[in-house]
Amino acid sequence: MRYSIFSLARNALTHHQHWPLAWRSPAPKPRYDAVIIGGGGHGLATAYYLAKEHGMSNIAVLEKGWLGGGNTGRNTTIVRSNYHLDPNAHFYEYSLKLWEGLSQELNFNVMYSARGVLNLVHSPADMDAAMRRGNAMRLNGIDARFLSRDEIAQWIPNLDCSANARFPIHGGLLQPRGGTVRHDAVAWGYARAADARGVDVIQQCEVTGIRVEAGAVVGVETTQGYIATPKIGIAVAGHSGQVAAMAGLKLPIESHVLQAMVTEPVKPVLDTVVTSGAVHFYISQSDRGELVMGGDLDFYNSYAQRGNLPIIEHVVAACLALFPSFGRMKLMRTWGGIMDMTMDGSPIIAKLPVNGLYMTGGWCYGGFKATPASGWLHAYTIAHDQPHPLNAAFTLERFAEGRVLDEKGAGPYPWAH
Amino acid sequence: MLLIPCPWCGPRNQIEFTYGGDATVQRPGNDAPEAAWEAFVYMRDNPSGPHDELWLHSAGCRSWFKLRRDTRTHDILGSARMGDELGGESP
Amino acid sequence: MTQPHRLPEGGIIDRTRALRFEFDGVQHEGYAGDTLASALLANGVHLVGRSFKYHRPRGIFSAGAEEPNALVQLSPASGARTEPNVKATMQALYDGLIAASQNCWPSVHFDVGAINNVMSCLMPAGFYYKTFMWPPTPKWWLKYEHVIRHAAGMGRAALAPDPDHYEHQYAHCDVLVVGGGLTGLAAAHTAAKAGARVILCDESAAWGGGVGDIGATIDDRPVDRWIADTVRDCARFDDITLLPRTTAFGYYDGNLVGAIERVTDHLSEPPAHTPRQRLWKIRAKSVVLASGAIERGIAYANNDLPGTMLAGAARTYARRYGVRPGTRAVVFTNNDSAYLTALDLHDAGVAIAAVIDARPASQLTRGLHQHARASGLAILPDSAIIGARGGRRVASVDVATLAGGRSTRVDCDLVCVSGGWNPAVHLFSQARGKLRYDEPLATFVPDISPLPILPAGAANGCFDPTAAVMEGRAAGAAAIPGAGMMASPHHSPRTNGVDGTALQPLWAVPATRRTAKRFVDLQNDVTVDDIALAAREGYVSVEHLKRYTTLGMGTDQGKTSNIIGLALMAEQLDLPIPKVGTTTFRPPYTPVTLGAFPGHETAAHVEPTRYSAMHDWHQEHGARFVNAGLWKRPHSYPRPGETEDDAANREARNVRTHVGLVDVSTLGKIELQGRDVAELLNRVYINKWDTLALGRCRYGVMLRDDGLVMDDGTTSRLSATHYLMTTTTVNAVRVMQQLEYLLQAEWRNLDVYATSVTEQWAAAALSGPKAREVLAKVMDIDVSNGAFPFLAVATCHVRTAQGLVPARAFRMSYSGELAYEIHVPADHGRAMWEAIIKAGDDAGIMPYGTEAMSTLRIEKGHVVIGPEADGRTTADDLGMGKLVNPAKWCIGKPLLARPALTAPDRWQLVGLTALDGARMPRAAKIVANPDHALPNPMLGHVTSWCYSPNLDAWIALALLANGRARHGEVLWALSPLANVRVRVKVGPPCFIDPEGARLRV
Repeated sequence: MRYSIFSLARNALTHHQHWPLAWRSPAPKPRYDAVIIGGGGHGLATAYYLAKEHGMSNIAVLEKGWLGGGNTGRNTTIVRSNYHLDPNAHFYEYSLKLWEGLSQELNFNVMYSARGVLNLVHSPADMDAAMRRGNAMRLNGIDARFLSRDEIAQWIPNLDCSANARFPIHGGLLQPRGGTVRHDAVAWGYARAADARGVDVIQQCEVTGIRVEAGAVVGVETTQGYIATPKIGIAVAGHSGQVAAMAGLKLPIESHVLQAMVTEPVKPVLDTVVTSGAVHFYISQSDRGELVMGGDLDFYNSYAQRGNLPIIEHVVAACLALFPSFGRMKLMRTWGGIMDMTMDGSPIIAKLPVNGLYMTGGWCYGGFKATPASGWLHAYTIAHDQPHPLNAAFTLERFAEGRVLDEKGAGPYPWAH
Repeated sequence: MLLIPCPWCGPRNQIEFTYGGDATVQRPGNDAPEAAWEAFVYMRDNPSGPHDELWLHSAGCRSWFKLRRDTRTHDILGSARMGDELGGESP
Repeated sequence: MTQPHRLPEGGIIDRTRALRFEFDGVQHEGYAGDTLASALLANGVHLVGRSFKYHRPRGIFSAGAEEPNALVQLSPASGARTEPNVKATMQALYDGLIAASQNCWPSVHFDVGAINNVMSCLMPAGFYYKTFMWPPTPKWWLKYEHVIRHAAGMGRAALAPDPDHYEHQYAHCDVLVVGGGLTGLAAAHTAAKAGARVILCDESAAWGGGVGDIGATIDDRPVDRWIADTVRDCARFDDITLLPRTTAFGYYDGNLVGAIERVTDHLSEPPAHTPRQRLWKIRAKSVVLASGAIERGIAYANNDLPGTMLAGAARTYARRYGVRPGTRAVVFTNNDSAYLTALDLHDAGVAIAAVIDARPASQLTRGLHQHARASGLAILPDSAIIGARGGRRVASVDVATLAGGRSTRVDCDLVCVSGGWNPAVHLFSQARGKLRYDEPLATFVPDISPLPILPAGAANGCFDPTAAVMEGRAAGAAAIPGAGMMASPHHSPRTNGVDGTALQPLWAVPATRRTAKRFVDLQNDVTVDDIALAAREGYVSVEHLKRYTTLGMGTDQGKTSNIIGLALMAEQLDLPIPKVGTTTFRPPYTPVTLGAFPGHETAAHVEPTRYSAMHDWHQEHGARFVNAGLWKRPHSYPRPGETEDDAANREARNVRTHVGLVDVSTLGKIELQGRDVAELLNRVYINKWDTLALGRCRYGVMLRDDGLVMDDGTTSRLSATHYLMTTTTVNAVRVMQQLEYLLQAEWRNLDVYATSVTEQWAAAALSGPKAREVLAKVMDIDVSNGAFPFLAVATCHVRTAQGLVPARAFRMSYSGELAYEIHVPADHGRAMWEAIIKAGDDAGIMPYGTEAMSTLRIEKGHVVIGPEADGRTTADDLGMGKLVNPAKWCIGKPLLARPALTAPDRWQLVGLTALDGARMPRAAKIVANPDHALPNPMLGHVTSWCYSPNLDAWIALALLANGRARHGEVLWALSPLANVRVRVKVGPPCFIDPEGARLRV
């Protein structure tokens, strides 16, 4: 059933008794043409684009828990393409273009809210770096504007723009098309659309092994039995290393916990996304009215999906340094997600050194906004057994070759990106 | 909030420490082949479970030491001075 | 007449202290000891707010932290102390309190937003995922979103900075007892008596906990006396801390419990020097969880009307606050606990129209039921409320038997509902405790945790007061260090009532009309039908259910609703409840004020600020400061009438013509001592160090293990075994940590000791053709070119107003002029600085800041870690490939030869000169053709740029693809942000004195 105001009204007449399942819950078949491991946004998008763009419909998405239960449902919902290095800029811009049409593409409102992403700068050196990035964005055809302190003060009155602030605001780089997307809707929208194209979306099916024969994958062991397949795409960011290890591979990745938090809902107080590199902080207000915030990693390897107080204290300290009037609001929920932190801070969307094995992962902080392009390019790479020009740089081999994509220049220290 | 047993100072709050990553990667010899260095610099086991890792007691005695910690639970399984072996459950 | 619904006697309120307060503009009166909710009820105010989605009228549903409805805006929204979403049930009344209802316009009685209720058929769960997609452009969603955001959101955030402050307190204890009810008091008393260090906290101001225990007898004493005695006894122990008004909100690693103490929230504003709240970080050896239980309701049509209340809450208002929450009540229950409410309300003079019990008559034969009948209460067994009627308050309910059949209407203005009790297992679950579904209680109870947390009493599913006290004592004893936490003090009879009659699970009463709304989550307006819709559409996992319907996502975090939603989903799926699962209990247990998390470490103190020893002098001489990491550094010293740029140009020109002094104290300084320092330097720097002579210094570059440039600086040899390394400001910490790591972990046989002395030494650089004549006036050594040549180092003294000050002098140059660095112990920094300034007066000395320093080094082509060495560059990219000594190993060298690091098209350091008299734009990118269609391929970018007052031209350093082969080419520097394009000529990255003659004069 197509979603629209008309179908909503029609169903209201029958008290919403006739809405169909958003997706089926099929039992796994013994064999698929491709199996995608991971039923988050990336895996579901991969399956959707495999079906839509490459005519593969005998495919399955295997999810060990529930759809979107990993980082798809644990992020701060920000989308943007304000990157400096060419491969990153082109990739994330492609993703942003897909976001712009995604609600219509999937017939599921993912609420892409182009409310702008503003990176504050707090020193002349910050400003140089931000403007260098902004100029690169513009030459790459990406929207960017530089706002003066006065322009920012006028636009965001509750931001402390005083000159004697600990980190005084000198200005900010704005990407107007950046913004937020309703995170759960992305998983659900792709699942529904993939299901409609015949993809088997299978929940509660954990992959426990990858069977490799003569250097090529032949199938996966799962908690619902063995499934034969010549092609496997791994889309399990946070746990990429664990799944790749099933095929005997080691990755340039560490898993770290990143916390996020929301306040109680209040009437609109913040109309854009604000980030600050100097205090490691980002914030936006959800449509429900909650302030959604995040900051740094907890800085130690973790798979625990929960963090500790020091980072929460730091994130809130940064929040109140920038927005002193938020002090009496209340923190309602905190949680953690597990990040694939790569050695250069950029993702891996590539063929792996086992035939028929592919992955999209290594997202560091940036996975959510990448979802559509990640799925699109992962699907392309699986279908063609070679990367598209847009993901040609995101190989596993780039580390050995020295072709790292280190946006921050932080070096091979995964927690530093 | 982690309570980290510095092998020199005893248990201290995590905010006194700086993380140093995987303690199991072995620095190759100076004349080791490039591949060995690539593995050392970039590749990690990244285990889900006990993890031997380096920490610096940066706001304390400024000693680097080894800590065994479960990455699933954050439970701390032991610590050892550099040069000593971590005891207990092996990863 | 004030407080018309106050009972003539009873309760813990202080009737001698009347407090005035205002709600929605109307003046009322309450008593000390009231909550805002109890005071409102005493005044007959039931309508207190509007719901999130449908803007339906809502009243007070509970008497505690689980409150979903009675959220108010505390203090006028225009003030700095205003606070949104305050639970009226948790807010202590104080004199002059002002509160208002939320999420309604123009008033809570007539709310325009209630149109949503009329349109609700179009707004089932998740409706927004299905619509607002046309017209198909992102702009239209922004328009829809604008409307949605303003309709949502509840209360209003303050517009002015929070005037109050917050503090942190660390604490350690043997036993932390969470909850000061009977169980918690018993546990704390037992543990403290045994000599343990104990902390006992409770979220309310008074000890004794919930009301389940009113009327009970403990240790042959009335419960109130037992509580008072136990609290008094506890306070006598030396090592016990009692923390009322303190909520334990989160369980973190290392058995650390976060707790928030509301120090002054019961006052209109904090007294001077008193924090509003205090964040406790309690490291406990073990935790006794005596957090009680939370009652849940039953979903029936219009179960959200004001006047609908949890049965336990109604009893609390009557017994604890002496308030009659209604005049004619209906009690609707599936368990025995609500009979106590019925009896207590009856005693308080509330007419009990009926006790409607879902259980069959055959089960209602125990003492409590007989007592109720004997008191004249009408018990309707096997029955349920099928719907409530009323406008802004309940007026009647329709009652029918569960089997169906005709309904009867019962008039009432209060409905007390009890669907059973859920242990408050939040902290237990956060402590990785596993939960078990308990069939008799129809709820989740604690099972096992790998951590030392012991649930006891109602939190453990034990509702009998005497048994709970026993559990508390057992837990208190088991929690003492050395007791081994063995005794999981199970298990007293687990019935949900005083008399042992089983609860009969009842989650929702079947609806008689399709359009009826039966609420599960009152705050977020999630109905039984919404849950059915989620099931129908396949959102069946608990997390999907939550996220699709927003069940439990409100400020009450689903305390009264989650289990009902879960059970209804289980019914839909025809699965047992434990198969559907339970949601994660994420911290915090109740929302915590943001201000409490940073405590004092916010605003000016959000990060430490680092000042050089000469900071005050800079300030006194008009310096403008910039942030450099945590440091404050002088940017320039503008004179009256000068801009910062004018000043920097003047300062830079003066260095080339006369002499200038710049504060370089922020440089990292590391003392290295030992026999093997030269070997260490050989291994960490790319160049060779074993040839460094005593009394000399050398420039060095360090690589990371991946072969890219990490840092640069100089190292000086002060004695045979004593060296001083300097690092860049940004990398001081990182280089120190790396050296410590290498020495302690990798190269333990090297005899080297490293100590950071960045803060211990102040440093200034004196530059310019007249530097020597100035220096000679203040130093106690011969600084002539012969005695103190380029790259010489000396340990010496500076003559200052404080006398001779020990110093280290270095002849090195960053500016490209004749230059020296002088380091003195930080305490003498200002004296040294002033001495040099004074000595330089005749020579025309001027202080210069980071901007002039930058100009000078750009003219000279010196790279900086950051702009040029940006973490992606090799030494060769920066023109320093020749420094890499081929004869020795160093860190980073093994990976230096990788193909991508030696490719010909790498971005290499070049100099750029702006042509056509143009000004170099900020942070420009370099392209061959400025009119190329986008994306325009970038050949490189400008890394540093300035107006060179000495060349009278705009110049820059840049990283340019294959740059060294492009000298002489003309390219374009573009800044689309500034809409500027400039022709630039490529050349070598040194504009002044390329041979370095000036350094050696």
